[in-house]
Amino acid sequence: MTDDVVRDVFTAGLVLLSAFLCFAAGVGLIRFPDVLSRLHAATKPQILGLIAIVVDVAVANPSAATITLALAIVFFQSLTAPIAAHMLGRAAFRTDHFRRDILVVDEVSSRPGPSRPHSAKN
Amino acid sequence: MSDEGSHGTRPRMLRARVLSGLIPFAGLVLLWMLLWGQFTWLAFITGILLAALVSTVFYLPAVRLSGRFNVGRGVVLVGVLLFDIVFASLQVAWSALRPRYTPSNAIIVVPLVTRSDLIMTFTAVITGLVPGSIVLDIDRDEGTLHLHTLNVASAADVPALKRGVLAAERRLILAVGSADDLARLQKSTYAKEAGVQSTGEGGTG
Repeated sequence: MTDDVVRDVFTAGLVLLSAFLCFAAGVGLIRFPDVLSRLHAATKPQILGLIAIVVDVAVANPSAATITLALAIVFFQSLTAPIAAHMLGRAAFRTDHFRRDILVVDEVSSRPGPSRPHSAKN
Repeated sequence: MSDEGSHGTRPRMLRARVLSGLIPFAGLVLLWMLLWGQFTWLAFITGILLAALVSTVFYLPAVRLSGRFNVGRGVVLVGVLLFDIVFASLQVAWSALRPRYTPSNAIIVVPLVTRSDLIMTFTAVITGLVPGSIVLDIDRDEGTLHLHTLNVASAADVPALKRGVLAAERRLILAVGSADDLARLQKSTYAKEAGVQSTGEGGTG
């Protein structure tokens, strides 16, 4: 019986953690000032939130099938989320959809090089 | 690449070649079985058929694996990565929620040590998961990553960020890198301190 209580508390904690992280990611999407910063919010807390909820399902329902599926979900999410962020980030950067005034350092635009068509605008 | 006698290198290269083909194939079969959540002969055989179909229809150039895997280093890699994911998520969550948030970001260029496409790709993926950075672009010819980093107070923080990325690459190479990459790593660890500092002056403008 105490086993069940411990497990319930543990899973409840994980659900709360996951909810909190997804909430923070949502707030970040609104509060962060430009596309590139928002991508941080869209990838990172979200990944940990997903890991928390998947671990939660695996703990609440421990069978070989659930655990392997959980591993597959976590693996492919952590493989694809950075790539999705990269594609969006690259598109935003190349089309100049970001704020230069909040950059402390910009080593790409200040680099001499012929292959940067957008830098002609400044 | 290394031309020191064809004794040891031949079977090694052949082994790496066979592994390069087999590992993605086995990965596909395993994925299929994971998706069904059952490890039965039916899932295994249909998995093999589908993997054969997928790898002929969606043909991709072979990934060059090094044929080398250091288990201890692999554990370190995954352990540090998990820690980094937790830390990065909490850090970004905190930046999103903290009362007085003032944006201050940076775009930096990190020259990598490796020349292997696979290591470069995985370094980029890992960099996207660890604190503070997402990859904007990968310059394959020069072997550099262009990163956008969150919450950089001043240009003085940049070398530390670069060291973080290079440390991730280092862990990756030590775990699965080829002999060529290991040699590059050896060479670069001596030159690195000087190299990172000399690029610092370009960023102040």
